Amino acid sequence: MRLKSLQLYTDNPEEEFAVSGHRACQGCAEILALRLALKIFGKDTILCMATGCMEIISTPLPTTSWKLPWIHVAFENAASVAAGVEAGVKILMDKGKIARKDIHVVAIAGDGGTSDIGFQALSGAMERGHKFTYICVDNEAYMNTGIQRSSSTPYGAMTTTSPPGKKGIGQSTWKKNMPEIIAAHNVPYVATACPSYPFDLFAKVKKARLTQGPSYLHILSVCPTGWRIPSSEAVAYGRLAVRTGMFPLYEIEDGRWRVTYSPEPLRPVKDYLKGQGRYRHLSEESVAIIQERITSEWELLKYQCTIK
Amino acid sequence: MKAIKGVEVSIAASVAAKLAKVEVIAAYPITPQTHIVEHLADLVADGELDAVYINVESEHSAMSACCGSSAAGARTFTSTSAQGMELMHEILFIASGMRLPIVMASVNRALSAPLSIWGDHSDVMAARDTGWIMLFCENGQEVVDAIIMAFKIAEDKRVFLPLMVNLDGFSLSHVIEPIDFPSQEEVDAFLPPYDPIYTLHPDKPVTMGAYAMPELYTEAKYAQEMAIRNSKVVVKEVMEEYGKKFGRHYNIVETYNIDKADVIFVALGSVGENIKTAIDSLKDQGKEAGLVQLRLFRPFPAEEILAAVKGVKNIAVIERVMPAGAPNGPLFQEISTVVHMSGAEVSMTNYIVGLGGRDVLPEDFEDIYNDIVSGKNSELQDEKNFTVIGVRA
Ligand SMILES: Cc1ncc(C[n+]2csc(CCOP(=O)(O)OP(=O)(O)O)c2C)c(N)n1
Ligand code: SF4
Repeated sequence: MRLKSLQLYTDNPEEEFAVSGHRACQGCAEILALRLALKIFGKDTILCMATGCMEIISTPLPTTSWKLPWIHVAFENAASVAAGVEAGVKILMDKGKIARKDIHVVAIAGDGGTSDIGFQALSGAMERGHKFTYICVDNEAYMNTGIQRSSSTPYGAMTTTSPPGKKGIGQSTWKKNMPEIIAAHNVPYVATACPSYPFDLFAKVKKARLTQGPSYLHILSVCPTGWRIPSSEAVAYGRLAVRTGMFPLYEIEDGRWRVTYSPEPLRPVKDYLKGQGRYRHLSEESVAIIQERITSEWELLKYQCTIK
Repeated sequence: MKAIKGVEVSIAASVAAKLAKVEVIAAYPITPQTHIVEHLADLVADGELDAVYINVESEHSAMSACCGSSAAGARTFTSTSAQGMELMHEILFIASGMRLPIVMASVNRALSAPLSIWGDHSDVMAARDTGWIMLFCENGQEVVDAIIMAFKIAEDKRVFLPLMVNLDGFSLSHVIEPIDFPSQEEVDAFLPPYDPIYTLHPDKPVTMGAYAMPELYTEAKYAQEMAIRNSKVVVKEVMEEYGKKFGRHYNIVETYNIDKADVIFVALGSVGENIKTAIDSLKDQGKEAGLVQLRLFRPFPAEEILAAVKGVKNIAVIERVMPAGAPNGPLFQEISTVVHMSGAEVSMTNYIVGLGGRDVLPEDFEDIYNDIVSGKNSELQDEKNFTVIGVRA
């Protein structure tokens, strides 16, 4: 098994497009996810990034950590900027002003830039069918402004705007299901991924790259700073998220659902929750509520995968 | 002989964008801008204009997509009004800060609340310091000529800034006027293809829209400020070349009957035609009024305004926006700043007219003239610093 993994890894391009010198926190899985994904997208890629951690850590003027053409316009518009770039590149090729080649546009935003403020722009761009890949790097809160809740923050998690207290348990709503919402736009390729499973990630990026229309990747990106875990544990917590069913790995290709890695039997969610400072305040009762929800969501996902 | 056609001004504006061979249009409908974007959609659908038309889901995305396509190197156009401009507001600053030569037809309209679809300058005045070059048009022919000139100005390598062509909602956008369209060959000879310095392309990767630490932000903003200030020269050059090539001559500040005037009106946009009518009528009565009209509003043509109002005793600044708690309207504040800094001794009065599409007639300007000359208005102005024409108490 080990050898096979090694083989898989060396098959993938060595070239890096997210290079050293950036200011991400130690153990940041968000930059890891992008570094891995960009290897597969390759050289002929244009990046359109929303405001957020990845933008701030990478481009203080006059430096940059991106070896690809890169543009940041604002927080809520990565998808519409990508639509404009795609349109611009297309018409310039059609008119023969630039040489024809397969340039791929990739929009990147955090969970806030995706599921909250950028939601409308994303929905519009997906519905219009632009050929580009949208990546949500989901660290489950607004980390760049200091750990505030987003609609992608899981139930029970503590953030600075969903603090637990006498009357509250932390985040009081369930994580918004972005992949399913995007799939409802008839997007030809939607997938979840996590850099703790790099080969699964590579395979999905490859598919997204080849999709002749919009594609959407929702990547769980562990944030040691916001999750209050040691930076050495980021990859381990990504694995735990998948193995407990908190963050299942699946893809929806032309409407067909498929789990790409089955962690059954699922590990108890408490294995994932314990050790994370953001869940430290949870009672056993709250953990039981989460367990129940995660189990039923996993069952539902399996059902969706068998009948579709 | 060239055929001069009667055309709705909105349609003429979209034909001008077509003559400029725009390559990407990202737009969202809002009255009274709709006819512009609808006609452009027709032109693209019929294959008369080889462009990508992006039907975005909001004005915020319209301006965002325009930033993307302009950064990719495509000639980019959009149009909006009122609430649409407000929804773009955030991105207007970014377009200018990133030095993207997007051209927008801004069909001026009142802002909510109360909801009003009719014309005034509330929208553009709220956007006046977004770093866009701003032209104002008096009639349909000017709109067509301004849109063609706009690309040449915005894309000039000394400028690289977005440009807004302002035209009054309904009172200009929806009227049918005789328009002399230049031929495609003439426009092609005048307006070369967009030749950007940097584009988003994998063969030569660049980073656009990076953030600046405190030690660089001021310098970046100063460079941008110098660019918009220095763009005045380019606006003048382009207007001069346009006059030579097409026979229609424009100045950044236009004057009418200023030489002997007791009162000079200063105004923006289509109201200028009514003021001219009033000036002619006053002349018949042996009274002399003049008009100074700003075609260019950003960068602010201070020297040209000063030269035009030199020696006059009374200046009446006419504007179509409520001051919202400010001492006066925005145009008044700007004109009075340059006039008073020059040391000129002049009485200045501020009139608010035509809010939310309220009719403003030549007679109103005759009344203003008479009030100023007879000193009747000074009491009113002392109290409020401005007078709203026709307001019912
Ligand atoms: C219109 C607007 N509102 C608020 C902000 C402030 N802001 C910048 S980044 C950010 C949070 C980003 O969170 P997310 O998208 O989840 O990305 P992360 O930083 O967690 O990777 C916020 C609130 C902004 N830039 N623009
Ligand atoms: S705060 Fe979190 S997401 Fe942001 S750079 Fe640090 S580890 Fe990465």
